[in-house]
Amino acid sequence: MMRTTLYTCTGLFALALVIVAGMTILKRSVAAAESKPVSMTEIKIDNFSFTPASITIPAGTEVHWKNNDDIPHNVVSNDHTIKSKVLDTGDDFAYTFSQPGTYDYFCSIHPKMTARIIVH
Amino acid sequence: MAEKSARKSNDVLLHDHNHDGIDRRGFLKCMAWAGTGAFCVIQGGVLNSYSLSKLAEVGSMETRGELSFVQISDSHMGFDKAANPDVVSTLKAAIDKINALPQPPAFILHTGDITHLSKPAEFDTAEQLLKSASAKDVFYVPGEHDVLNDEGKQYLDRFGKGSKGAGWYSFENKGVHFIGLVNVMNLKAGGLGNLGQEQLEWLEKDLKHLSKSTPVVVFAHIPLWSVYPEWGWGTDDSAQALSYLKRFGSVTVLNGHIHQTMQKVEGNITFHTAASTAFPQPKPGSAPSPGPMKVPEEQLRSLLGVTDVNYVRGHHALAVTDSSLG
Repeated sequence: MMRTTLYTCTGLFALALVIVAGMTILKRSVAAAESKPVSMTEIKIDNFSFTPASITIPAGTEVHWKNNDDIPHNVVSNDHTIKSKVLDTGDDFAYTFSQPGTYDYFCSIHPKMTARIIVH
Repeated sequence: MAEKSARKSNDVLLHDHNHDGIDRRGFLKCMAWAGTGAFCVIQGGVLNSYSLSKLAEVGSMETRGELSFVQISDSHMGFDKAANPDVVSTLKAAIDKINALPQPPAFILHTGDITHLSKPAEFDTAEQLLKSASAKDVFYVPGEHDVLNDEGKQYLDRFGKGSKGAGWYSFENKGVHFIGLVNVMNLKAGGLGNLGQEQLEWLEKDLKHLSKSTPVVVFAHIPLWSVYPEWGWGTDDSAQALSYLKRFGSVTVLNGHIHQTMQKVEGNITFHTAASTAFPQPKPGSAPSPGPMKVPEEQLRSLLGVTDVNYVRGHHALAVTDSSLG
């Protein structure tokens, strides 16, 4: 009698584990689907310049900037509507462009650094 | 020999890239001393300069005056990369150099980039270290690294007492009129350093009451002359500021930002940039970008420095001497 109860408990516990694991996987994939941009692209900051200096992307693209310089930079649109915090070496900034248009931006610390993103 | 060729190459570059609208009739000369700091002596309002590492070769008459002060720049507290992972010890070395001067300077000018990332702890470290200097008064202007993320609020809270706008101000000492300008705010895409209309109007008014024989010393972070616009080493509206200074017999402009010493005399205006106490930057156009120059450890301190300025009334000379930390 005792033994049967033990088997039943173990079985139930195993079943519970499978359900929890299944739900977690489901939850993760739902979350990924919700936040996943149309596509992603990276712009490198090297030697006081943005590379590529000009890109054309579809609306919904998430753009990542990564600072590889030994000097901090930032990413600021010319109209100041997009503004990153200062990016130290190795720091990253991401922004999703949902609206079509031409976005000119620069580093407001080193304003000679200018670049453009065209969204359609 | 190496020094001579360095001066020559910078002469060429500076002639190529001057777009600062200054009267060219005057004497124009450009010098760059790689590997030294600067010692400045103001004598009667004209600035003469000597390499601090060659100070022993200069007569004591030339280096003594009624007023002497020191300029330091670009301490970049918080910077921890090649070629200088220890910017605290090089700032300390600069202070030791100041404290070793035969006569304590009246005050210290810090021409900006006190910090690397505008962090409170970085400002704290700089202020704490400078307390050990023989000169107790330190006059600051901000560099672009001091106004990150907060439009300069923290800088103003710390150093802006009695200043106008983004932190500009003037004061008198021994008959010399000093003006601290801010050219690191509201920078425009594609542009250079920026003074802005409000500051220019203030400057014009500030100078109006002065007689033309008053020696004027202007200090700001980014050079007020076109050192190398391709790297942003200049100030968009500096020509207007300099036009207000043309009537004066002697004007000295002290800047930082470019982490190397350079000088130019043009008419009544003498321009100087000071070395950094933290890390050297390449000569204009000599590298893909103005990022930190990576030099062997044993060379580092010879490329960092302090500037000492000494003023003697009646001798019509302002002497600047650069001193390396090595």
